[in-house]
Amino acid sequence: MTDTAGTSETADRAEPGAGAEASAAVDAVAAFIELDGVEKVFDVRKKTGFLKRERRRVRAVDGLSFTVSRGEMVGYIGPNGAGKSTTIKMLTGILTPSGGRLRVAGIDPSRERTRLAHRIGVVFGQRTTLWWDLPLIDSYRLMHRMYRIPDARYRENLDRCVELLQLRDLLDVPVRQLSLGQRMRGDIAAALLHDPEVLYLDEPTIGLDVVSKAKVRGFLRDLNAERGTTVLLTTHDLQDIEQLCSRVMVIDHGRLMYDGPLAGLHEAGESERTLVVDLERELPPIEAPEPARVVRVEGPRQWLAFPASASAAGLVARIAAEYPLVDLSVREPDIESVIAKMYAERAGA
Amino acid sequence: MGTGSGRLYAAVAAGGFRRYATYRAATAAGVFTNTVFGLILVYTYLALWDERPQLGGYDQAQAVTFVWLGQALLAALAIGGGGFEDELMERIRTGDVAVDLYRPADLQLWWLAADVGRALFQLLGRGVVPFVFGSLFFPVALPREVSVWAAFLVTLLLAMLVGFALRYLVALSAFWLLDGTGVTQMAWLAGLFCSGMLLPLNVFPGVLGEVVRALPWSSLLQAPADVLLGEADPLGTFAFQASWAVALLALGRLVQSAATRRVVVQGG
Ligand SMILES: Nc1ncnc2c1ncn2[C@@H]1O[C@H](COP(=O)(O)OP(=O)(O)OP(=O)(O)O)[C@@H](O)[C@H]1O
Ligand SMILES: [Mg+2]
Repeated sequence: MTDTAGTSETADRAEPGAGAEASAAVDAVAAFIELDGVEKVFDVRKKTGFLKRERRRVRAVDGLSFTVSRGEMVGYIGPNGAGKSTTIKMLTGILTPSGGRLRVAGIDPSRERTRLAHRIGVVFGQRTTLWWDLPLIDSYRLMHRMYRIPDARYRENLDRCVELLQLRDLLDVPVRQLSLGQRMRGDIAAALLHDPEVLYLDEPTIGLDVVSKAKVRGFLRDLNAERGTTVLLTTHDLQDIEQLCSRVMVIDHGRLMYDGPLAGLHEAGESERTLVVDLERELPPIEAPEPARVVRVEGPRQWLAFPASASAAGLVARIAAEYPLVDLSVREPDIESVIAKMYAERAGA
Repeated sequence: MGTGSGRLYAAVAAGGFRRYATYRAATAAGVFTNTVFGLILVYTYLALWDERPQLGGYDQAQAVTFVWLGQALLAALAIGGGGFEDELMERIRTGDVAVDLYRPADLQLWWLAADVGRALFQLLGRGVVPFVFGSLFFPVALPREVSVWAAFLVTLLLAMLVGFALRYLVALSAFWLLDGTGVTQMAWLAGLFCSGMLLPLNVFPGVLGEVVRALPWSSLLQAPADVLLGEADPLGTFAFQASWAVALLALGRLVQSAATRRVVVQGG
């Protein structure tokens, strides 16, 4: 099923400068996934001694609010234990929130898990929905029955997935004999045979090699573009996000730290660009105007850091005027380090 | 529940059957084990019934038949373990059960179908050979009437339901206990002892006998055996087994809904 509305909303989203109220109004109409102050508290009992037990409460998700519109492809990232998987479990209905309001396609997932199940697809990268001892195709036949997919539709979707995910030669292989990457592709196909409106992916590229990752990403991009399937993607591989998602949400300690375009993370993370200059000869560190500063000297080559938001032109002009400049280059901050910095700051706070 | 879900669960059962069929070496080893156990038990019983003819109301041929029937059903009814429950408990422990829960299928029916598929395979793959072997080489008491065999098959089907329902409760305990080894072992002991697998229940004296014969485990082996041996009224036996099946399956549903509502799915 193709959702034409999806594309226009993605366009809305792509404009980061839009006023908060305006985008909230758009979301209110089109919001497909809606979280409002959602909490999940786990009671953990720990043995502290002989027969003594201590009860501890873990706030895995702590007052989380966001909305996702139809057709969006959103990256959902955060450090280990941030609450990503817990959020996804609540979105599928297998965990009940301890507080707040949560809706997917207008349905309260934990109350109407089975009804919602027909409309969502889920891939937990670390688990499989496939039948371990049986050929891959058997699991697909089971999906056919389980989701009551009309025969023609089932064949069409299966053919498409088999084609795009290159599963043709694997259909008769028992799942236990598949490699991790093959199994993951098999699982993604299994999640899509019933034309879900939204696909949750919890670390779908974990443990995959570069080629398999590229295949999976390409497939997801097409799925989103051609079918308008809403995608919520959890990952620790930021390339997944860079290549797929126009919007990224960062959570930590169960709270939303950032929600916006990937590019905006640079500002939010106060990241820095690096100017690399090659001088004619070895010289003492360049005396650069604030806030730029030399961070490294290696023979005639020097590295200067300056805020990502500032222009490089003035800095370059100053150096060119005062120093014997041979060559220079500007390095953009890589998203990895921006996020690493963001996580580290949180941990320190 | 419409024909759609009927087809789903039929497919699940067929899958359960084929999964076990893929392990040929394990099946062959199982057949061998069942035959050897059968031999040991048969010679023990023969000695016992020599001492005490008509023990528990069985003659020697009936006692021998009981042994081979027990060996034929041991794996199918997973009386000594080895059914779906190990897998489900492991899935609960690791959190893989999450996958089972977000699907539009009922957890209990799903596993029931899978276990019935497994039981049917093990009945054919592991049960038939020891039973035929026993009937060829030892004096056995088998009925001639087709109606008795038909009634026996019904008791087998009901036995599968009761066996499943008991083990489903055992498996669900993993939601609370996580490590279910203790529970599994207790269930396994209770199964071996109270089903009659070690000694027919009609041999148990007095109140103890009354009690074990009323417990659900007697539905597994004692009930089908008594119908096959012509020692029990089929209709009464059906009723007994069906009551336990309904009660235990209903209890399983109750526990299941408590488990999935209150208890947490493990892992990230
Ligand atoms: N079943 C559980 N019982 C107790 N605590 C839990 C349970 N599941 C998760 N938690 C806790 O909730 C927090 C969030 O866990 P979650 O699995 O959602 O993290 P995550 O963001 O998916 O991390 P990762 O990137 O490592 O997968 C963690 O502190 C974790 O210890
Ligand atoms: Mg996780």
